[in-house]
Amino acid sequence: MKKMSVRTVGFGLLILLLLSIAPATALAQAPIKIGLLVPLTGAFAQNGKDMLAGAELSLAEIGGQAAGRKIEMIVEDTQGDPATALTKARKLVEQDRVHLLTGGLLASTGYALHPYVDGQKIPATYPVMASDDLTQRKLAKWVVRTGWNTSQPLHPFGDWVAKNLKYKKVAVIGMDYAFGWESVGGFQRSFEEAGGQIIQKIWIPLNTNDLGPYLAQIKKDTNAVFALFLGRLALQFVKQYQEAGLKDRYPLIGGGTSTDEHVLPSMGDEAIGMVTALHYSAALTSPANTRFRPAFEAKAGKSPSYYSEATYTNGRWIAEAIKAIQGKVEDREAFLAALKKVEIPDSPRGPLTLDTYGNPIQNIYVRKVEKVGGKLQNTVIHTFPKVSQFWTYGPEEYLKTPLYSRDYPPCKHC
Amino acid sequence: MVRRQWTTVTLAAVGILLVAVPPFLSSYPLTLLTQALIFAIFAMSLDLLLGYTGLPSLGHAAYFGVAAYVVAIFTTEYQMGFWTCLIVAVLAAIVTAAAFGLIAIRALGTYFLMITLALGMVVWGLAFRWVSLTKGDNGISGVPRPSLGLPWSFANQTAFYYLTLVTFLLALGLLVIIVRSPFGMSLRGIRESERRMRSLGYNVWLHKYLSFILAGAFAGLAGVLWAYYNGFVSPVEVQLITSVETLLMVAMGGPGTLVGPALGAGVIVFLKNFVSVYTKRWLLILGGVYICVILFAPQGILGAFREKTAATKK
Repeated sequence: MKKMSVRTVGFGLLILLLLSIAPATALAQAPIKIGLLVPLTGAFAQNGKDMLAGAELSLAEIGGQAAGRKIEMIVEDTQGDPATALTKARKLVEQDRVHLLTGGLLASTGYALHPYVDGQKIPATYPVMASDDLTQRKLAKWVVRTGWNTSQPLHPFGDWVAKNLKYKKVAVIGMDYAFGWESVGGFQRSFEEAGGQIIQKIWIPLNTNDLGPYLAQIKKDTNAVFALFLGRLALQFVKQYQEAGLKDRYPLIGGGTSTDEHVLPSMGDEAIGMVTALHYSAALTSPANTRFRPAFEAKAGKSPSYYSEATYTNGRWIAEAIKAIQGKVEDREAFLAALKKVEIPDSPRGPLTLDTYGNPIQNIYVRKVEKVGGKLQNTVIHTFPKVSQFWTYGPEEYLKTPLYSRDYPPCKHC
Repeated sequence: MVRRQWTTVTLAAVGILLVAVPPFLSSYPLTLLTQALIFAIFAMSLDLLLGYTGLPSLGHAAYFGVAAYVVAIFTTEYQMGFWTCLIVAVLAAIVTAAAFGLIAIRALGTYFLMITLALGMVVWGLAFRWVSLTKGDNGISGVPRPSLGLPWSFANQTAFYYLTLVTFLLALGLLVIIVRSPFGMSLRGIRESERRMRSLGYNVWLHKYLSFILAGAFAGLAGVLWAYYNGFVSPVEVQLITSVETLLMVAMGGPGTLVGPALGAGVIVFLKNFVSVYTKRWLLILGGVYICVILFAPQGILGAFREKTAATKK
């Protein structure tokens, strides 16, 4: 009895070992390998698929090659779990020998990858992961963020809301995690500096099924409600907000993901009128976006969300860097330097340059949900050109303040 | 007699493989093997509860996570060394298990499952919400690999693998001693019939409680290695899925065998990270494997082989 069991274990381990020995060679002038980490299973699979479609479109548009070298994209499923993402990153870098690592969705994945990327000295780009500190207080030398940072759209938005919509008092309702806190923090800072008051913060646990009890708490003397949601909760929020009869009483404003195109097509008329800010809108009328949008729709059969635009532009960014060094991606230092020098004057979301901290300086759009031709869209009603992650604050001074969190900035008027 | 020889030969072969092959592996398979060994310790710790004491816990990730967080916080905030972290982390896991055990041990069966699940969620909630300490869902990153004052660096993948292997063997050895001791025998007795053990004069509650704490301690040990291995800890480590996955590792390998759960851990780590490279449908395969195990090997992989050999002997 016993002998079989132990022998079985031994046999199993042997198979495990043999299967995992894989060729790990890279030839000169072989294809340029790019490792893409996206969640294709789990709760974030939908966003992951948007990201993958954007990346594939971008690769197809450059004919699958740059500077005369073929580009091979290796896609790995992070399962929406930072530890798995890290394991997959190890696979891409150490086994597939990719020349560049990109992708990632959740902020925690970014923080998990940071030390690894720097340790391996592998050039990496983050098209979506937005947590502020990834390019602020916890810099990684080898990371170039081609996407955005959480509070970037909300600093100008807070100021704009106070000055243009003239709201004095705003209640906040948002998802209770770091992305929510950083969004609300950015909004609160500039909104209160421009004379507004945040009079309430309601935090919604991520696994909430009914928003009713939270909506009932909204203070009656507020001028407007700032909402920060994404995914399922975004859909549910606008619906329940209207059902509770709040839509006619308090106008809705919010973070851009609340009405991003990953949820907007599934929303009804209840979303109309909501004003949000983001670095992209599928309704942008720039030539680059009027070209990108139908191309993406033809490929994926749906409107591009900011996730799709992010990986699309990220692909172009990487291709530009490869061209700048004539395809010699084996020189990692040079590749990294080239990635940091890329300037894109005409991405679908507008002109892009990188600041010295590795985050793009880009346009921020204030968008209003409207129904055009029977479809909801984020109509751009105001554009802030060339917004940096530090808004109008000096970087050094800005970095002395703590990262936005549940308790920072403190709610003085609550 | 022949049986003994075979056992020794197989054990020696596995041992030699685990010791000798890694230097020839490229670094990625090596990291997977390291990961498998860490989860093997974790699964074996749960086996002490599930397989030997008959207590199915759905909150076992709590002790794993508490220890991992202690390591992460102590290394990044206070730059503490390996031994301090190890001792404090395992102690923290023990204290947590001791506290949770007081609440959970009074329940049986499904109720025990539910209470441990709830207690596990408490730890998850703390990890998620106590931001000043745990950094919330962003997690704590930048945990350095340990230095034990030895001439080689554990930042080296191979060196760290051997550290894990040594810990794994120590844990396995200790657990084998525990389950073969009179204490371990009484645990099995409790698993089979609590009432009889009670009538024989055993302090059933105390036995279960001690088993609960011991399991927590070994889970903590695995947590320490995990924090050092990944250099990163986030609430994912303490969430329900981690507990369930570990339970599956034990069920798959064969509860009450120690080696079985270790094997189960290897299989699941392998499926998760290797099969998913080739197909997006890896969850389907994983699910299929679970169903096959339940249908054809309800006693786990190891249990099935035992039954088979027992049958051929007859």
